[in-house]
Amino acid sequence: MTTKLDARIPAGPLAEKWDKHRFEMKLVNPANKRKYHVIVVGSGLAGASAAASLSELGYRVSCFCFQDSPRRAHSIAAQGGINAAKNYQNDGDSEWRLFYDTIKGGDFRAREANVYRLAQVSVNIIDQCVAQGVPFAREYGGLLANRSFGGAQVSRTFYARGQTGQQLLLGAYQALEKEIARGGVTMHSRHEMLDIVVIDGRARGIITRDLVTGAVEAHVADSVVLGTGGYGNVYYLSTNAKGCNVTATYRAYKKGAAFADPCFTQIHPTCIPVAGEHQSKLTLMSESLRNDGRVWVPKKKEDCGKKPGEIAEGDRDYYLERKYPSFGNLSPRDIASRAAKEVCDEGRGVGPGGRGVYLDFADAIKRLGEHTIRERYGNLFEMYERITDEDPYKQPMRIYPAVHYTMGGLWVDYNLMSTIPGLHVIGEANFSDHGANRLGASALMQGLADGYFVLPSTIGDYLAGVKVDGLTAEHAAFREAVDGVNARTARLLGIKGTRTADSIHRELGHIMWEKCGMSRNAAGLKEALVAIPKLREEFWSNVCIPGTGAELNQSLEKAGRVADFLEFAELMCTDALQREESCGAHFREEYQTKDGEALRDDEHFAYVSAWEYAGEGMPPVLNKETLEFENVHLSTRSYK
Amino acid sequence: MKVVLHVWRQASASAAGKLVDYQADDISPDMSFLEMLDVLNERLIVRGEDPIAFDHDCREGICGSCGMMINGAAHGPMKLTTACQLHMRSFSDGDEIWIEPWRAKAFPVIKDLVVDRGAFDRIIQAGGFVSAPTGSAQDGNAIPIPKQAADDAMDAAACIGCGACVAACPNASASLFTAAKISHLGELPQGQPERMKRALAMVHQMDLETFGGCTLFGECQEACPKGISIDTIAQMNRDYIFAAATEREATDVLGSG
Repeated sequence: MTTKLDARIPAGPLAEKWDKHRFEMKLVNPANKRKYHVIVVGSGLAGASAAASLSELGYRVSCFCFQDSPRRAHSIAAQGGINAAKNYQNDGDSEWRLFYDTIKGGDFRAREANVYRLAQVSVNIIDQCVAQGVPFAREYGGLLANRSFGGAQVSRTFYARGQTGQQLLLGAYQALEKEIARGGVTMHSRHEMLDIVVIDGRARGIITRDLVTGAVEAHVADSVVLGTGGYGNVYYLSTNAKGCNVTATYRAYKKGAAFADPCFTQIHPTCIPVAGEHQSKLTLMSESLRNDGRVWVPKKKEDCGKKPGEIAEGDRDYYLERKYPSFGNLSPRDIASRAAKEVCDEGRGVGPGGRGVYLDFADAIKRLGEHTIRERYGNLFEMYERITDEDPYKQPMRIYPAVHYTMGGLWVDYNLMSTIPGLHVIGEANFSDHGANRLGASALMQGLADGYFVLPSTIGDYLAGVKVDGLTAEHAAFREAVDGVNARTARLLGIKGTRTADSIHRELGHIMWEKCGMSRNAAGLKEALVAIPKLREEFWSNVCIPGTGAELNQSLEKAGRVADFLEFAELMCTDALQREESCGAHFREEYQTKDGEALRDDEHFAYVSAWEYAGEGMPPVLNKETLEFENVHLSTRSYK
Repeated sequence: MKVVLHVWRQASASAAGKLVDYQADDISPDMSFLEMLDVLNERLIVRGEDPIAFDHDCREGICGSCGMMINGAAHGPMKLTTACQLHMRSFSDGDEIWIEPWRAKAFPVIKDLVVDRGAFDRIIQAGGFVSAPTGSAQDGNAIPIPKQAADDAMDAAACIGCGACVAACPNASASLFTAAKISHLGELPQGQPERMKRALAMVHQMDLETFGGCTLFGECQEACPKGISIDTIAQMNRDYIFAAATEREATDVLGSG
């Protein structure tokens, strides 16, 4: 039985859809808004901005995060910037251009109407953030500064030094704290959502665990909003924070929300390589470094052990410049990442384990002087030296691709509602706007678009259609869900095996990186689909979690998240296997051109794959939302 | 390398704590300090012991989750560096390392190295924001802001709310944290309408949270991983004194009548 996916895209010309839709949606009377209770899970850019904005509108809001404060959410780590179609630089930018760049960058696997709306509200985001006191970079005349970013030929990226995510999040966090003080939002920090409750086909609440006391609690609401981020940590090593997890979205999937395009995961080309088995996470170095750095590896394997300075110019292979003469070191993320993997697979990688390539600033320093390079990248060079103990002014940096962002997520319609009525999904947690590849500086834009502007409008359309009914946590469905969470915790604690959750997670990450990483093939994915259930079995029979459920127990938290990754990983591989084409970040080795470029198949795969949970041990059901392109011409990306 | 650790262990807020010794062998100098603790924890778990609880998340020095006293210094020996960005090469083979939680009445210990920093959120609630409801903003370029003001605001806004300033202060004062927000918003035209009210309310809340007073030791500035300047405290004091003398709503804000 498949669900009928109705994206509910408004009719009419693309540029008029959102305005028309806003007029046609039902409104909740201002006096009635306080009667509705909305739960927001997650307090990153999307969650915090949504919780604050909904409270300002008059709804009663409860917000949950697993960190000790909403200000810690991982949006805070975004460095580069946020895009907006302001055209302040007079360089020909427009809503249409931002829309087109995003659709093309996503390799034509995103929904036109959503992306156009994103471009439209992008300009309001900047205004809102400035009004909150976000200290964006400015020119001497006092006006907002912009820089350019990958995948665009206009300068539309707003930034606050290398800490744009931090400043935008603090803006949203402060708005949230303002609403908490006013009594509009009740904040629950150090709480993790462990299940969602669906009654009569509607999302009616969540079950949480208080991470300090271990208390399992039921929370009733009229609508639930998930802003719980991406699932990059399925790979164990990624640029995500250690706590990022798939649990909330995966629990929703198991309760009936379709999961869309899980195989679309972005690998960022410029991260600091793995130093050893102890590595706990990977650190991103801003993509902007590729503006002045030249990427190379030795031509000969024998040279890999030598110091870079001992390798003669003629013995170096500047492979990006060689393969992509017109874009060179600035080719898009997915292409640069795959090229690095290729040369390392050939045995020409450098550094520990041979998984690294050089990013060399010697030419730039010679041309511009060390002073200029220090001005441009000083803080990044310092961070690199702190981590690696190598001085990038004197020897080339070593970089390697790392998992960074997940374009896939819970399927949502135009109103950001999942296939469970009343369950809305915002930010990285949904699949909606980036297709098969996200452009730089677009994640912050989407998180804030959803939270500040889209959801506060669309949620009213849903709430206006439901009655406030006095449901309490005494309802059987809540009691059952609480029992389920308690039983699972007891089961985890009862295994008392010999392996830590981290060791199993690391093993899962290895499988996923090798078989479902930068490039995939059917044989490898099938192997992964055999290996993952075996590892899951190992987990459920041999994981070791000390302590009890009635205290702060970080091992228990970790194990619960790993258990969900161990199921979710299978869904990712299943999705990657069915998508028999290469598009964006999804590169299937069987589908490439003669010279190794991605081969998209628009005739058979111009759809969103939305997976539906079919029960324990049953294969998930594939639903397809066909993507209609009425405003752009589907073309092949070329960066040669 | 090998190190000997003396780690503060405390089962819960109400339990008594003590320093417990651990031998950490086979430590690579390329490990971060937290990775060293990860390795130790893995070994503890397999031995059936309770691992050391500590807060951490981004491990990039920006989220502000991690924080611990390392040999008596907040975030350890390296300047401008959070514990997660500190690497073991900053230590020598055979070193003894003392690891303790932030010590402040306003930051009660939850478990081991994990403390409750909710007081910081409540200080922000008191006034660390600009009241600009979503949708009410004018164009971002409508008010030019001198580059210097924007840069100064950014310097103060770089605070990650980790609590090192409180932990380093002999008085356990939260002045640097509070002042950083007051300075950030006070530098910008958008922060002006609520500037006086903000200073009064945030300082008042800081006192309510049982943080100590500032006597300008300057330890906070030394310990701050983001290099927030003590100049912000002078700014806060200026705003506070001016507001206390001029603000008509002062008694309402202070709530004391």
